[in-house]
Amino acid sequence: MIKVTAEEIAAQEFESVVSSHRTQIFRFLLASTRDVDLAETLTQDCFLKAHRNWSNFRGESSALTWLMRIAINLQKDHWRNRRMQFWRHTRTNAVDLDEASDWLPSGERTVEQRMLAREQVAQVWRSVENLSERQRTVFLLRFVDELELKEIAAATGMGEGTVKAHLSRALARVRKEFGAKR
Amino acid sequence: MNYRDEDATGTDQSENLETLEPELHEALTNFKLSVDAWSDAMMSRPRAVMAPSRTNWSAVTKWALGCAVFAGTVSGGVYQNHRQVEAARAEAARVAEQQQHREMAAAQVLKENEEDLMANVDSDVAREVPSALEPLATLMTEDDTKGN
Repeated sequence: MIKVTAEEIAAQEFESVVSSHRTQIFRFLLASTRDVDLAETLTQDCFLKAHRNWSNFRGESSALTWLMRIAINLQKDHWRNRRMQFWRHTRTNAVDLDEASDWLPSGERTVEQRMLAREQVAQVWRSVENLSERQRTVFLLRFVDELELKEIAAATGMGEGTVKAHLSRALARVRKEFGAKR
Repeated sequence: MNYRDEDATGTDQSENLETLEPELHEALTNFKLSVDAWSDAMMSRPRAVMAPSRTNWSAVTKWALGCAVFAGTVSGGVYQNHRQVEAARAEAARVAEQQQHREMAAAQVLKENEEDLMANVDSDVAREVPSALEPLATLMTEDDTKGN
């Protein structure tokens, strides 16, 4: 009877973790892949894996960084498998940069402001596209999911100094391409 | 802190959005808002639920059995046909050989008959010499001997 109660508590805890962090995990994967179906699949896989290992989660890091770490590893595995299976007919549903830039919040903006915002978003997407895999991950975790450097370090398994260095290089590159465009 | 400041390790301290130059700050803010809007829209979109496809093992078994029977029938027919063709070929070769033997035997008989016939002709021709001329024939032979 006690065991059942403990299991129920664990299930409730996990449910609450899923509802709290699903949006962030999906957003990160969507920004990383620009593929809605793939992002959904990887998000599901992430929570499935987390559920299987939930009893091993000791809470040394936050649930979000633990989940983010699983998501990053799943994404890496996905690209690695695709590279290994290059001879197979693989299909990608990733939207192009212009289409991704079409998404803007419906705020009280003028047409000109919206056009400017769209151009800025497209420019950032182009810059992100040219970043290395690590730089892109760190950049998206910082500026899309707004994680702290410590959290990014925990999620990526890198040292905080390394995270800073990658972020700095990523920003320098974005800034350079932004300046070149102006 | 200035966004271009560097710490003792030489890394740029520009990881805070607030410390970036206004234009980049605005662009990154718009970028985040755009990704948020896209992500929210995709998460709340209606999805078509599709039942997972299940493998119909009985149909698979029936197909496999059918294929095996078909393959067996076809290969059996092909093998039977091959055997019949081989047997017909061997029979034809045997008949041809027998025919050849018969022809050779007939030719042999014909040759022997011809030789007998020639021998008979020779003896018949010899017997046709008139008996009255036989002494002369003997003499002519002797004279020829003497003349030499």
